[in-house]
Amino acid sequence: MRERVCADLSGLPLHGKGTASPTFWGTLVFMLLEGSGFALMIAVYLYLRSLAPAWPFGAPPPDLWPGILVTVLLLASLVPNYCVKRWAGHEDLRKVRIGLVIMSVLGIAPLIVRGFEFAALNVSWDSNAYGSVIWMLLALHTTHLITDVGDTLVLCALMFTRHGPNRRRFGDVEDNAMYWVFVVLTWLPIYVCLYGPSWL
Amino acid sequence: MTGIPHDLRDTEVDRDTVERRLAETWRTRRGFWGAIATVDHKIIGRRYIVTAFVFLLLGGVLGLLMRWQLATPEGRALGPDLYNQVFTMHGANMMFLFAVPVMEAMAVYLVPLMVGTRNIAFPRLNAFSYWIYLAGGLLLWVAFALDMGPDIGWFGYVPLSGPQYAPGKRADIWAQMITFTEIAALAVAVEIVVTVFKQRAPGMTLDRIPLFVWAMLVTSFIVMLAMPAIMVGSTSLILDRLVGTHFFNPAEGGDVLLWQHLFWFFGHPEVYIIFLPATGMISSMLPAFVRRPVFGYLALVLSMVTIGILSFGLWVHHMFTTGLPRLGESFFTASSMAIAVPAGVQIFCWIATLWDGRPVFRTPFLFILAFFFTFVLGGMTGVMVASVPLDTQVHDTYFVVAHFHYVLIGGAVFPLLGAVYYWYPKIVGRMMSERLGRWVAGLIFVGFNLAFFPMHILGLQGMPRRVYTYQADLPWGPLNMFVSLSSLMLAAGFLLFFIDAVRSARSGPPAGDNPWDSPSLEWATTSPPPPYNFARIPVVTGPSPLWENRDELPVASGLRLDRREIVITSVADAVPEARESSPRDSLWPFWAALTTSVLLIGSIFSPWAVVWGSIPVAIALIGWFWPKGTPEDEA
Ligand code: HEM
Repeated sequence: MRERVCADLSGLPLHGKGTASPTFWGTLVFMLLEGSGFALMIAVYLYLRSLAPAWPFGAPPPDLWPGILVTVLLLASLVPNYCVKRWAGHEDLRKVRIGLVIMSVLGIAPLIVRGFEFAALNVSWDSNAYGSVIWMLLALHTTHLITDVGDTLVLCALMFTRHGPNRRRFGDVEDNAMYWVFVVLTWLPIYVCLYGPSWL
Repeated sequence: MTGIPHDLRDTEVDRDTVERRLAETWRTRRGFWGAIATVDHKIIGRRYIVTAFVFLLLGGVLGLLMRWQLATPEGRALGPDLYNQVFTMHGANMMFLFAVPVMEAMAVYLVPLMVGTRNIAFPRLNAFSYWIYLAGGLLLWVAFALDMGPDIGWFGYVPLSGPQYAPGKRADIWAQMITFTEIAALAVAVEIVVTVFKQRAPGMTLDRIPLFVWAMLVTSFIVMLAMPAIMVGSTSLILDRLVGTHFFNPAEGGDVLLWQHLFWFFGHPEVYIIFLPATGMISSMLPAFVRRPVFGYLALVLSMVTIGILSFGLWVHHMFTTGLPRLGESFFTASSMAIAVPAGVQIFCWIATLWDGRPVFRTPFLFILAFFFTFVLGGMTGVMVASVPLDTQVHDTYFVVAHFHYVLIGGAVFPLLGAVYYWYPKIVGRMMSERLGRWVAGLIFVGFNLAFFPMHILGLQGMPRRVYTYQADLPWGPLNMFVSLSSLMLAAGFLLFFIDAVRSARSGPPAGDNPWDSPSLEWATTSPPPPYNFARIPVVTGPSPLWENRDELPVASGLRLDRREIVITSVADAVPEARESSPRDSLWPFWAALTTSVLLIGSIFSPWAVVWGSIPVAIALIGWFWPKGTPEDEA
């Protein structure tokens, strides 16, 4: 077919920022489908809970401290996370490097406490359905923690190489920060499920 | 990497050089590793389509085996255990390895072309998706060959599929096959959403998006909201079986119906995941055969969106016989019936399109007509089983088997076959045979109705589904024989279709760019399209671009030739925002899929496979995402 050139796109940037970046949308869409996974798992929890004569059943309630500590750590990490996102927006390489190091530490710390949190549930996954579903909720969230911490570590290493100073990388850092917010926020309803008072 | 000068633009050289340079930048390397590494959506889409049709063939053979066994009372072709495996394999294979993947496969090939871009979004994810899909299919069929095929029905109800009643690994194979296919489907859904949101040709505003693309967009959202349910379900099932959790064990506070809720929360939308793309195909093919744009574009889009939303209100209707609260039942009956409204709107739009058009009776159009007829019938039996008293009566009989084959074959496979006849010339560059095509359409349409209509009657006569045989004193013998003979006719139609498809690839008449004189963008490029799809990105000025610009296509220039470059546009108005790069070929998606498969299959046998298996997966993912310093990495 014959063509008639009617637009010149040579002035466009080589990589779009924010909503002009496909990876931004990809992250968003991933959050949607994983969010529906979380929602379904919580629905399973509520369903089993509605059938149970008592809740928690067949086990003492979980110890609270590890869960509280994880929550505090995760919420606290939102502040440096926000800063890293802004610095990446300004393409400030030095600050982004520092910020990612901090975020790596702040990602690993709750993971360590998470180990103790499993023990503090006071029930095993194979004791009864209550044990199964709260282990599954915690494991599901932990998987997301691990993957995002892994992502943060790799990005952090990347920023110290020659590939670091690149607009594309800064975009990755911003998307990673957005995903971290998702990981923190999805924890809150799960926290309520695991530790919320029994009248909830 | 290539010898192309840095930042060379398509405005600086003549047209031939543009095409040569683009081909150099976008081509897939020759040889085995080149084929493994490719991220070209056309090559992957073609593979995906062919693989899905191979599974159709295999599943069809199983269907015929069942009909052979059931043709006479007390048949001896298949024993009870094998029959259980065969109907489970047939159902699971058809749903998870054929029907859903084939729709996504068509989209992988067509959506980027239809929206006027050069590759799908996240092309490496696309390659990964195909390998994972293939691994899931191999898992199921290899297990079947080893007499380890699942035997729990395609929806794997507990407690039958639980640790107590299903020892061995058969149920795990089924559950893990689901994980594979769902990962693959979710990946494609993500790609399609982002392709449609961000990679549409400049000027392709929301009201100019081809209807098949709309259908795939809605479908992708259904996939993303529904498929996690089955993944939650199948994972819990594997955990119950492997490490002793109690999700579905009533003795320890679990619940059997929980499985059914999870399954049908996915399973009902699943029907629309198969059906919506098919309606999109109809809407996109119709204009070429009635020589006018489709009637009621907006109504069609809205009814697809409505179907998408309502499809989630329907899951409980598969469970009417389980004894739910009364009000709940009425609500779900109402919403089951409500879906007939948007479906009806679609039918009326198509009828109005036909009414006003000048039909051209070519093969794809014959399949469209076959679809109309069958779909209306299937929809009517659907409204019947949506009512609680009737469902109670025919539940688990051949009435249901007839109903869902009407919906699946009539509602999805007919449009799909039409779509193959329609898009084959674009994909292969040659036409399929018109003469054989008429035979195919005729045999399949008549054979299908003769084979499946009598099953309604068998069902009303009380013949249960999933029985491996029946006694001679029951009145079902003659009809069963008739059904089995008719299914041979159906099979002959399919066989002819496969012959036609293989033969035409070598000797069909050359197609040219636009053999049907169709209005959408995929027909603006050559058949088959070059690796870069479009030498210059089209600029869209209306809903039927090739009809509105009969002699020249408006295009955009200014893109680079030394790197894979695509145009990113805004979500609503498709205003150009960036010249983004598209990744090069890579072996990493293949390694990632391989290591993931090892992990998933290993986890059927030991939970430690998840721990150790995740290390190679992580390595493959790092290799995948680590920048390689190519021009694509520039920003
Ligand atoms: C080639 C033509 C086909 C024939 C002859 C055929 C035959 C059959 C028969 C006889 C059954 C009932 C088994 C039983 O209840 O004992 C069955 C079940 C089923 N078929 Fe087909 N079928 C065909 C094509 C398809 C297609 C194209 C699909 C989907 C797209 C499909 C999906 C299913 C499903 C989901 C089941 C239920 C399996 C179960 O009960 O777990 N079939 N088929």
